[in-house]
Amino acid sequence: MLEIRDLHVSIDGKEILHGINLVVNPGEIHAIMGPNGSGKSTLAKVLAGREGYTPTRGKVLYNGTDLLQMLPEDRAREGIFLGFQYPVEIPGVSNMYFLKTALNSIRKHNGLEELDAMDFLVLAKEKMKLVDMDEGLINRAVNEGFSGGEKKRNEVFQMAVLEPKLAILDETDSGLDIDALRTVADGVNALRRPDRSIVLVTHYQRLLNYIVPDKVHVLLDGRIVKSGGKELALELEEKGYAWLENGTGSKPAVMS
Amino acid sequence: MKTAESIHELAEREYKYGFVTDIETDMVPPGLDEDIIRLISAKKNEPEFMLEWRLKAFRHWKTLKEPTWANVHYPPIDYQRISYYAAPKMKSKPKSLDEVDPELLATYEKLGIPLRERELLAGVAVDAVFDSVSVATTFKEKLADLGIIFCSFSDAVQNHPDLVQKYLGDVVPYTDNFFAALNSAVFSDGSFCYIPKGVRCPMELSTYFRINAASTGQFERTLIIAEEGSYVSYLEGCTAPMRDENQLHAAVVELIAHDNASIKYSTVQNWYPGDKDGKGGIYNFVTKRGKCKGVNSKISWTQVETGSAITWKYPSCILMGDNSVGEFYSVALTNNYQQADTGTKMIHLGKNTRSTIVSKGISAGRGQNTYRGMVKIMKNAERARNYSRCDSLLIGDKCGAHTFPYIEVKNSTAQMEHEASTSKIGEDQLFYCQQRGIAPEAAVSMIVNGFCKEVFKELPMEFAVEAQKLLSVSLEGSVG
Repeated sequence: MLEIRDLHVSIDGKEILHGINLVVNPGEIHAIMGPNGSGKSTLAKVLAGREGYTPTRGKVLYNGTDLLQMLPEDRAREGIFLGFQYPVEIPGVSNMYFLKTALNSIRKHNGLEELDAMDFLVLAKEKMKLVDMDEGLINRAVNEGFSGGEKKRNEVFQMAVLEPKLAILDETDSGLDIDALRTVADGVNALRRPDRSIVLVTHYQRLLNYIVPDKVHVLLDGRIVKSGGKELALELEEKGYAWLENGTGSKPAVMS
Repeated sequence: MKTAESIHELAEREYKYGFVTDIETDMVPPGLDEDIIRLISAKKNEPEFMLEWRLKAFRHWKTLKEPTWANVHYPPIDYQRISYYAAPKMKSKPKSLDEVDPELLATYEKLGIPLRERELLAGVAVDAVFDSVSVATTFKEKLADLGIIFCSFSDAVQNHPDLVQKYLGDVVPYTDNFFAALNSAVFSDGSFCYIPKGVRCPMELSTYFRINAASTGQFERTLIIAEEGSYVSYLEGCTAPMRDENQLHAAVVELIAHDNASIKYSTVQNWYPGDKDGKGGIYNFVTKRGKCKGVNSKISWTQVETGSAITWKYPSCILMGDNSVGEFYSVALTNNYQQADTGTKMIHLGKNTRSTIVSKGISAGRGQNTYRGMVKIMKNAERARNYSRCDSLLIGDKCGAHTFPYIEVKNSTAQMEHEASTSKIGEDQLFYCQQRGIAPEAAVSMIVNGFCKEVFKELPMEFAVEAQKLLSVSLEGSVG
């Protein structure tokens, strides 16, 4: 599905990622963990094609094609979905219209017939149940005046409608209380499929209580310093990121 | 890089209405003096009072200086190089559509304004103005059954001189401003509309203005009178061919609403804006004003301004009658080198008068967009209220948005609210759309339409759709 080889990424000439290697196979869930400023979100954004995040070295293959050469909208149409850490507000544009336009852009690209408003509404209602989303939100402007939890639910709802092949969820757990976290996690779990891969970017281990990953990677200072199974997350929870920081050599251990 | 190519293609696409109709034109030589005015008046076979009025206006105009306070820039206009009258040659005045030159009918077909009544949108009557004259007015007879007069201004001068004499210049006197004075002197045609007492006009009335001839100006005048308890919804649209030289359009619109009458006036303005380097385009210098003369009367202006090289207009309301209501909803878009200085004036004279102003300015390319508005609460306007909201949206970093709200309150019971915002179509918004599979061009048009929603919902349904399309076309090439 996704193969990242020695990826270096700079923002405004400053290198943030210093050689990432990662292979995600179909059906797998990978968690990328790390403290603030370690480069987690940068990795998520560069995969989605955000302007200003410049790959300077390395390669990313997505189902065998060179991902970094593709326009952001084409990546989306080919099945890459980014769940935003901070979902963006678009005043005056209804959630329904936005998502229908998105879905139809993707369908058209893939040679499928576009859905009309009625068919779309049926589909949307079915998917809303998945994240227990208030039906009223579909007619409101995109993310405008949504609470933090509503915004995150809306992201997972969009993912459910767009049915991506590869979903990258950037801190989808942040700002959620425990009930909302559980609902969002249930939604994601319901979307697990053998041909769909999910990359969870998260700061905390708690999301992983609900969405159990196949692999966990720890990102520190722009490098993956440790990879392992789901137990790695628990170990991190116990020992903190400092446990790994000492071993990377990128920062001197603090001597007291 | 398929998308990048198609964006480029779209950006290069030409103004859709830029064609020229090849038709024999009766045109007076360029220049302006009393003889030209006499000639225009004679061509139109006008009664004496009209000629007198035109001459007074002309003499007054000569004493005026072109205003320079607007935030627009253009080389001086040589008023002696403009031809003040151009009309398609017709053997005699056509009595029905069958007698109208097929070339003219084809022009309006091409513009999407079929004049054959059976092909018309149900519920819209059209007056088609081509250069200086009205070529056809549809549904005239059907409306006449209700006592509604809907005809060209020239016809009104011939058939209803009493009404014309009574109301002409009542709202916008020829002394009002430089361009209004010029218009009063040389105006050639336009639409006239009279809704009798208690009648609710059953269909939208609309005028479609088309400039065709080169080196001419278009100076039309619209007069709408709504008698006690009547209602009318009126729409105007406009286009012009693409020409390298600038052309002047200086119109005057006067609305009069008597007791309990209501006038809704919508404009979709799409004059040729000039090319992407700022060459050519229409100078749209227009005076529009409505008088809420009677109690509980209402005048509502909705405008979507996407065309013209320069737009200078302030559709305004004089709220004389107690409890009268004035509204102004505006979307103004400037792309490439377009400039717009537009807004409104709300003059509160009567008690409990209310006004609402919602202005949405969009600037893209090197466009400069200015909102200029005045709210005046006079001494006797007890408990007057105004709500103003001015939002500006910037696309790219070479354009500008400016806001000049003036507020003058002479009565302490007035309530005023003013809100303003300026935002930029953020990279965040664009990226969010792109990440969901939506191409940047479509994303910009979606974001802009969302921004204008409050105004579009004021437009009659079919024109709202038209306005949305127009906005997308006008924005082509603004990203990518």
